[in-house]
Amino acid sequence: MAGSIQVALAGQQNAGKSTLFNALTGARQHVANYPGVTVDKKYGHYSFNGTAVVAVDLPGTYSLTSFSLEERVARDFLVRERPDVAVNVVDAANLRRSLHLTLQLLEMGLKTVVALNMMDVAKGRGLDIDIATLSARLSVPVIATVGSRGVGREELKQLIHDRSRRPQQALKPVNYGELEPIVADVALSLGEVALATSLPSRWLALKILEGDQQAELLVREHMSADKAQTVLEAAREMAATFEAANECDVCDHIITARDAQIRAIVDGCVKASATKGETLTSRVDRVLLNRLAAPFFLVLTVYLIYQVSIVWGYELTNYTWPYLAKTRELIAGLLPNAGFLEDPYTRSMGLWLVDSANTLLNYVPIFLILFALIAILEDSGYMARIAFILDKILHRFGLHGQSTLPLILGGVFAGGCAVPGIMATKGIPDNRARMATIFAVPFMNCLAKVPLYTLLLGIFFVEDKSLMMFYISTMTIIFALLVSKLLTKTVLRGQETSPFVMEMPTYHLPTVSGVLRRSFERTWIYIKKVGTIVIAVAVVVFTLLQFPGLPEERMAYYESQAITAVEKFQKAMNGTSYAAVAEDENIVPLVNFYSNYKRAKLNAGGAAGSKRVAETFQAENPAFYALVKPPRGDKDAKKGRRALRSLIRTRMTLRRDMKEERITNSFLGVVGRSMEPVTQFAGFDWKINVALLSSFAARESSVATLGVLFQQDDDQNSSLEDRMGSETRSGGATALLAVSMILFFALYPPCLATTVMVKVQTGSYMWMLFSILFPTVLGLTVSSLVYSIGVATGVSGIQMMTIVYFSALALLIIVGLMSDRRSALRLRRMTTEVSGGS
Amino acid sequence: MIMRNSEVISISLRSLNDVSPGTPVSIRKLHATGAVRQRLLDLGLMPNVPVTVVRAAPLNDPIELRVDASAITLRRQEAATVEVDEA
Repeated sequence: MAGSIQVALAGQQNAGKSTLFNALTGARQHVANYPGVTVDKKYGHYSFNGTAVVAVDLPGTYSLTSFSLEERVARDFLVRERPDVAVNVVDAANLRRSLHLTLQLLEMGLKTVVALNMMDVAKGRGLDIDIATLSARLSVPVIATVGSRGVGREELKQLIHDRSRRPQQALKPVNYGELEPIVADVALSLGEVALATSLPSRWLALKILEGDQQAELLVREHMSADKAQTVLEAAREMAATFEAANECDVCDHIITARDAQIRAIVDGCVKASATKGETLTSRVDRVLLNRLAAPFFLVLTVYLIYQVSIVWGYELTNYTWPYLAKTRELIAGLLPNAGFLEDPYTRSMGLWLVDSANTLLNYVPIFLILFALIAILEDSGYMARIAFILDKILHRFGLHGQSTLPLILGGVFAGGCAVPGIMATKGIPDNRARMATIFAVPFMNCLAKVPLYTLLLGIFFVEDKSLMMFYISTMTIIFALLVSKLLTKTVLRGQETSPFVMEMPTYHLPTVSGVLRRSFERTWIYIKKVGTIVIAVAVVVFTLLQFPGLPEERMAYYESQAITAVEKFQKAMNGTSYAAVAEDENIVPLVNFYSNYKRAKLNAGGAAGSKRVAETFQAENPAFYALVKPPRGDKDAKKGRRALRSLIRTRMTLRRDMKEERITNSFLGVVGRSMEPVTQFAGFDWKINVALLSSFAARESSVATLGVLFQQDDDQNSSLEDRMGSETRSGGATALLAVSMILFFALYPPCLATTVMVKVQTGSYMWMLFSILFPTVLGLTVSSLVYSIGVATGVSGIQMMTIVYFSALALLIIVGLMSDRRSALRLRRMTTEVSGGS
Repeated sequence: MIMRNSEVISISLRSLNDVSPGTPVSIRKLHATGAVRQRLLDLGLMPNVPVTVVRAAPLNDPIELRVDASAITLRRQEAATVEVDEA
């Protein structure tokens, strides 16, 4: 867009950059990804004096080296996009540390405006900053802001506008002393790269001397291979000579010189009026991080989050679900009508999609609450404290202090959900630990696993129910930790790690708008990203379950059954005043009318709604309605209703039998059957295989599929537990099979929505595939071992479960102690190096 | 008691890992390289900067420091690479 201004917000973590970004752009924000990485790219728009402004919120960085992903992303953006203005958001209370980034921005030749943010906090600490002097010494405009209250927003917009109109100034903010001649030399040799990239050659020279890989890449990109080689080698040689002569690393020299410069700038600019004693943050921390009290506050926080989001949120879905059900009805009404035995594909597929979508949308209230609470934790500064408290344990298993929250959300006790759990891994600064967390979270106790556990415990462990439930709910964390340790040592070995050296932010009161914004934003990402892919895969699963369909002779059999039933109905109606209703062309509309009426009544809610439904249906077709709800004293209608009910029952039975047969014959059924040779070691027959396969679409469906598969005659009104119990027992199934199933289900691959989230958070389909295959193999191995050994030795189910539980626990303790010893050894070695080194 | 010279030196050389909470020290040298070094420098842990260990986590690791106006946490593993002097 001609005349529009591009602004990049750069700043250190905890400088209030995002808050200021929100204040600038308001609601007009978008989130995208930087190419090839999973770092969020946030941008927003506003207009100032008729000029359109695009603002980009860069990831928070301390400096612009290329050691961390965030820094590389931020710097890459500044180098490649060359924004018109860079707004450097500076934590006023931490000026000296913050100015390192400022000077680096200036060295990059960016038109910079400094927003001295969180002035209120600085004032509270008794700091008085002379803005005019600071601005003069830096030779850039400086403005005081308080992002959370919008203070200084309009002035900042004005400054950005003015700055973009003025030409770039050539600045040499730092004097590097003895290094200066070398910098000049290298800069001279990089002239053409500077020209091609419109970056200052001085900045390029500094980066090359620091040995910065990204900068070397830039040189190779814009120079012939030979020339680049010569120039880089010459620079390396000069750096080596300098280091030998000064007994000092070039990087250290650069940073020390910059720090000296900053001291000179800050000196006299910042006045600390009589130190006001202890800050509020350190007083709060003395309580919250007290050695004895810290675990207590942590458990309390975790419990509150769990209670409010998962438990109360789940209750809230009882109120929101009817709306989803109504939407389903609305769509069902728009789709073509159901047939007597088979529905048109548009109908069955349409409803299948709506059901899949509803399963996901049902979680929206939970997510809204959850994401709001997480935002509060992050903004307040307590999240960093959680990491501080728990890092030691989690670090031993390849995780990070900040893995705590994802694991909790995944479900520690009674159940959680892996989708928000994986979404919450975003904040973990160490990439390898983040990846390990992503793969560990699905092993936690997902809410949808609970119905299957309840079912199996109800059949096989009536007496040991509570002990089994205790095993199941605590075993998940053991598995999660062991898995993350295993993965860290194997497939994740090569992943980038970051040092655990971070700032403990000061406590802040989160703003309502900031919290709500983040909550809606993340929920929307969930709906958008997970929703679209789930719908796509739902189509695939539907096809796998529907096709190739029933063989012709079976279809003919069902049709003849249907005709018999219809004829029976017509015979019953013959001679009554409703005979016309029972004519062939009326049959399908009539049975649909009946079931629509029943469903509408179910969803009506309240006497008034119920009455309205009755009126609508009566008006629609009075003759049909008479059979559905016979008028008082109408004997024919009463007889008709009896006959109709019998017809509808037969229809339902036939449809269900057909469904079962169709699943048996379906591609998925065939797959389930073909898996039997492998799964037999775990004790699974093909029916269980199909249930486990279809539960991939949504965990909840595993119990439903089992219900369909273990169906018996309609009149036999026994519960699924009885039916499954009798059928599996007659097939020789024991509590051992149940243990095998439970273990497989505990280690089972995450549901579809979760694997999609894995794709989103890792940015790769390969990892998504891994997140499916690895647990499958692991689960099958464990279940097969348990079942086969159990059968061979003849131990009971509960004994086996106890053995497995305590073996896993023992393994966990051994692994934990071993890595503790190793890290102690490493620590000693390092300490010796320090002592011996100088 | 007579001490040999080398012993005296090895006693006076210690890392942030050995400092007990509340003792003010001053950074002498960073022994880490690469990303750890850069991060330490970024957070203001430079030679001659005064530092105080505020507390250790409930499980003794990591530790919290006060550097200038800010609070920094780091694992003992990283703290062991920071050589300090008594302030």
